[in-house]
Amino acid sequence: MKSSSLKWTAGVLLATAMSSCVQLKEYQKNRINDSEMALSNRKVEKNELNFQSYREAASGANAGKTGGGCGCN
Amino acid sequence: MKKIFLSIIGFSLICRLNAYAQTKVDTSNNKKPFTLYQPIKEEAPAPEDYNPRSLRIEEINLISSYYWQNGDHSAITGGIGTEKVTDLSNGLDLKLAWTGDNSNKNTLSLGFGFDHHSSASSAYVTTTGLGKQGGTRLYPSFDWTVENGKTGNTFGIGAYYSGEYNYKSLGADLHFSKKTADKNGEFSFKLQAYLDHVTLIYPSEFVQVITPVSTGATYITTASGNVVLSNGGSTASKPSLPTKPRDTYTASFGYSQIVNSRLQVMFLADVVAQNGYLSLPFHRVYFNNGKDTIEKLPSSRFKLPIGIRANYFLGDNIILRSYYRYYLDNWGTRANTASLEVVFKISPFLSISPFYRYYTQTAARYFAPYEGHSTSDEYYTSNYEYAKFNSQFFGAGIRIAPPKGVFGWQNFHELEIRYGHYAQNTNLVSNVISLSLGFK
Repeated sequence: MKSSSLKWTAGVLLATAMSSCVQLKEYQKNRINDSEMALSNRKVEKNELNFQSYREAASGANAGKTGGGCGCN
Repeated sequence: MKKIFLSIIGFSLICRLNAYAQTKVDTSNNKKPFTLYQPIKEEAPAPEDYNPRSLRIEEINLISSYYWQNGDHSAITGGIGTEKVTDLSNGLDLKLAWTGDNSNKNTLSLGFGFDHHSSASSAYVTTTGLGKQGGTRLYPSFDWTVENGKTGNTFGIGAYYSGEYNYKSLGADLHFSKKTADKNGEFSFKLQAYLDHVTLIYPSEFVQVITPVSTGATYITTASGNVVLSNGGSTASKPSLPTKPRDTYTASFGYSQIVNSRLQVMFLADVVAQNGYLSLPFHRVYFNNGKDTIEKLPSSRFKLPIGIRANYFLGDNIILRSYYRYYLDNWGTRANTASLEVVFKISPFLSISPFYRYYTQTAARYFAPYEGHSTSDEYYTSNYEYAKFNSQFFGAGIRIAPPKGVFGWQNFHELEIRYGHYAQNTNLVSNVISLSLGFK
């Protein structure tokens, strides 16, 4: 019950945030275009993601590999 | 009426005079006024100097990592015993770009990596503890992406290979992305296939006699993966070790959206289907009657991870990078991953980023610890990758990207160093230190 309430709350908050999206012009994207704001893994994280996929059952949904290439899941 | 007509003509003449009022050159004094401003003389490039189609090196990245771990639940010894591992990995990524006739940007990414690892538990593939402890993995990759010059939409293909002495993998992918009309959102899609082969290297107590020969000698597979004649004779005509296939197919979806000038989010989901030989032949399982066998897992697995990233620019110098993932599969595992990285921008070109990641998972229904399985179980493993546990990973990174280049070397545009400490509540601990060098 507690877990499902949390999920609903997170969903409502997310929907609210998404519905308030504003259209930005290119000149308004100076913060969004900062290299640290990139919605991707850092290059230096590459091998961290590899060892995590060896040691943990879960993988994927992180723009990384989902299997193959090693003796891991 | 006449007055109105004359007024309009008069007004239009006055306007015309005003329009030319500032265009008259003042010839009264030919001396230039004093100014500190010195305009830069721009010379138009010669037509032969400018070629938008020319092939150029866009980026070169070198990434090295050293990883070391210890624990006491090795799958090779049935869920007990050392998990000491070291791994040194090095990767080189080369990105080439050129512009096509239709102003589309082409990017060719070529990668090459190699890892060398040592694993103490590998020695126990043989019951004597004298098996092979090290190995090298090579993994070249290729990707070609075309970006539409007008819309920013992309399409690409990729290929991948990975080879080590007991595992080979061949992969390919197709991917595309499409921006929304206002260019504040982007949808991406990727299809991947990995066709792998697992070499059947069994623990020494299960070593199989492969080929009886007429001389009475036999070929046997040792625990370290070598094929030798039982009488010590020549191995020139030795047969190759048998393998079993393992295939992985993935469809990846992503949607990123700028919410406002400080916040952007991305939704990620993968649908993964695996089939084939999903066990590893050198993983032992000890039953509750004391007898041992090798790991046995189902021949198919379906995985569904869904995730969200949200990055927020807080004030002028702090960036919050957050990530959450929920994972489920049809082997009974459920997992949650949450991470937060706080980037402190000391200057526009120097940042320090401490991070923390928490992970928790439930056990797969085929897992039991050492001597926890019954001989009547259909599937069994004592690999702690499938156990119930939680883990914490924390550390910090530093990134330097000065406009005049790192150490004043213009082409050396970025340097990143990152250290992390990882601990599971199963007693597994590890450390990883990584270095990334970027050249343009």
